[in-house]
Amino acid sequence: MKNKTSQNKFKNLSDTSLLLTITIIVFFVMYIGAIIFQGSGFLKAQTFFDILNDQAALIIVACGMSLVMITGGIDISVGGVVALVSMSCAVGLDYKGMNIFQAILLALGIGLAFGLVQGFLVAYLEIQPFIVTLAGMFFARGMTTIVHTDPFNVANESLVKLKDTRIHVPFMGYVNKVGNYVPAYIEIGVIVALLVVAITFVALRWTKVGRHFYAVGGNRQSAIMLGINAKRTVFLSHIICGLFAGVAGFVYFLHVGSGSPSHAAGMEMDAIASSIIGGTMLTGGVGNVIGSFFGVLSLNTIKKIVSSAGLGDAWWTGITTAAMLCLFLVVQSVVMARKRNAEQ
Amino acid sequence: MQNKKQIFIPLAALIVLALFNLIMDPSFFKITMGLNSEGYQVLSGPLITILDSGSELAILAIGMTLVTAASGGQDISVGAAVAIAGSVMLRVLCGTEASVSELKAPVIVAFLIACVVAMLFGAFNGILVAYFRIQPMIATLILFTAGRSIAAWINNNRLPNISNQAFTYYGGFIPGIPIPTPFIIAVACMIVIALVMKFTTLGLYTQSVGINEHSSKLNGLNPAVIKLISFVILGLCVAVVALIKVSRVSSINYSVIAKDIEMDAILAVALGGNALSGGKFNMAASILGAYVIQFLTTTLYKFKVRSDALPAYKAVVVILLVVLSAPIVRKKLSELAKKLKPAKKEVA
Repeated sequence: MKNKTSQNKFKNLSDTSLLLTITIIVFFVMYIGAIIFQGSGFLKAQTFFDILNDQAALIIVACGMSLVMITGGIDISVGGVVALVSMSCAVGLDYKGMNIFQAILLALGIGLAFGLVQGFLVAYLEIQPFIVTLAGMFFARGMTTIVHTDPFNVANESLVKLKDTRIHVPFMGYVNKVGNYVPAYIEIGVIVALLVVAITFVALRWTKVGRHFYAVGGNRQSAIMLGINAKRTVFLSHIICGLFAGVAGFVYFLHVGSGSPSHAAGMEMDAIASSIIGGTMLTGGVGNVIGSFFGVLSLNTIKKIVSSAGLGDAWWTGITTAAMLCLFLVVQSVVMARKRNAEQ
Repeated sequence: MQNKKQIFIPLAALIVLALFNLIMDPSFFKITMGLNSEGYQVLSGPLITILDSGSELAILAIGMTLVTAASGGQDISVGAAVAIAGSVMLRVLCGTEASVSELKAPVIVAFLIACVVAMLFGAFNGILVAYFRIQPMIATLILFTAGRSIAAWINNNRLPNISNQAFTYYGGFIPGIPIPTPFIIAVACMIVIALVMKFTTLGLYTQSVGINEHSSKLNGLNPAVIKLISFVILGLCVAVVALIKVSRVSSINYSVIAKDIEMDAILAVALGGNALSGGKFNMAASILGAYVIQFLTTTLYKFKVRSDALPAYKAVVVILLVVLSAPIVRKKLSELAKKLKPAKKEVA
């Protein structure tokens, strides 16, 4: 099977769309179920937009994660990078007299630096990505407390203004009990996140470099035989993932408006979980950022359902998230196994 | 061949760290015999601290090495599993009371129940990996997410507290024995695994499944069962670690206990020079890797590095280690050495 590259590639593509379809269907079923069983809260468009507002950073991180996972790697440093970026931006704005643009450059710079170093170590020195990015996570988390120890809210005026900027979505608002019209809104971060998803999707599907990601992840040996520079592709995937982590860091910072060493705790695992729910496979070669986008939405819709169902105790969220992840994994594994049998 | 050689990586790291300490502060190696708070003669000193607090990591490294070798992936749920096992232990020992001085059940009973529970969770991971063919890191992500919540749920979110002297022995000192008990437990585990490796085919089968699953199947092995066994053994290691961890503080904090220990355990396996993609392994190197990590941690604490800034320094050392031990870098270095050698001869 290994030498039938074109067939292999084609098969992986249909796997991608198959898993994507499952994800999207499950998300809509879940959301409609929530509307039926829990009623009004989920009917408001704002409930949906709030998920977007809260998770914009996660969406961006999940995009980068999917890219790395498609090439067959993994990056668990992203949560740490997000925390480091938000802390650095917070310190930069409040204590070092930076302006917003400098802060954005700083965020991108940090992300890019992590991507470059980790990508170099993984692609060219062939060290296991898990170990490299684990060290990256340790480094980012440690640096966050070295930059500043205590959490604090940013007072910088232009940032607060930017943070409170709300983009109204027409026709989606609702009339509240007093009879006033409350418009639905999204934050700037959501626009950035949607842009990132769209650009990544287009790049993965219709550009040469995008196809290389799938080829290298699906079967590295055949990709090299086809003349693809596998090392450069892996390097690039890590650079983009790092850059996205930087962008996500700033979006996260814009959403919370503070710096803290405990920010974005466990975000890397959420991103991996979202990517998996979205149909990206850790073995590489299969995946789609639209899926990851819906993965983030599904993951947080279930969290919202749990908390609004009155199961407020903290442990329920963990258990239901895990149960959902388990369900998805088993469904994926069964579907893939049946497909494999059918093809034989 | 690489199997024999790879122990030099952690060994070299250990020697470098030891030399560094020797130069900076020779008192690092001082071991004193003194009375502890309970009035017994015990050993103390930084080296003893390393042996003591490195025990948990060393025990987990044993199981993690097997899982890595058999399945070609890592179990990231061990920290959460330790929380579950510890919680079960306390549930048995304390019943439903918040604070006890008289244990409700013998420690051995609690420990055995915790073992069974931990092995069941290990089997859950193992089944997902072996029979559903989910990548280990992803399969264990489930328990990683749910584990600490399950641990809190077992004890109804209470944090039971034990004020019983005898229970502290497992994480402290047994009266009359100056060596920390965790280290004794860790050595016992090492001896058991060494005997298992020597007298059973577990090691051989694990490696063959890790190297080539398909050909092991053709040779009559059942790869799924071997993978499952490796996860169950890791579950057993988890229960032992939970006993030590809970005994150290006589209580439990679900969100803090054994936090990030999975990362350190995987690191120990990697520092031991084992391929994280499975196959051949060297158990001794992994265990040594665990103590290297603890040595590094203790050294950094000695130099007054804040505990939350510690990971940054650890990361730098880890990257240096893995870069130096990367095959490509080593090849380049040996080429460089070859180039330098003839040059020297010419000079001579």
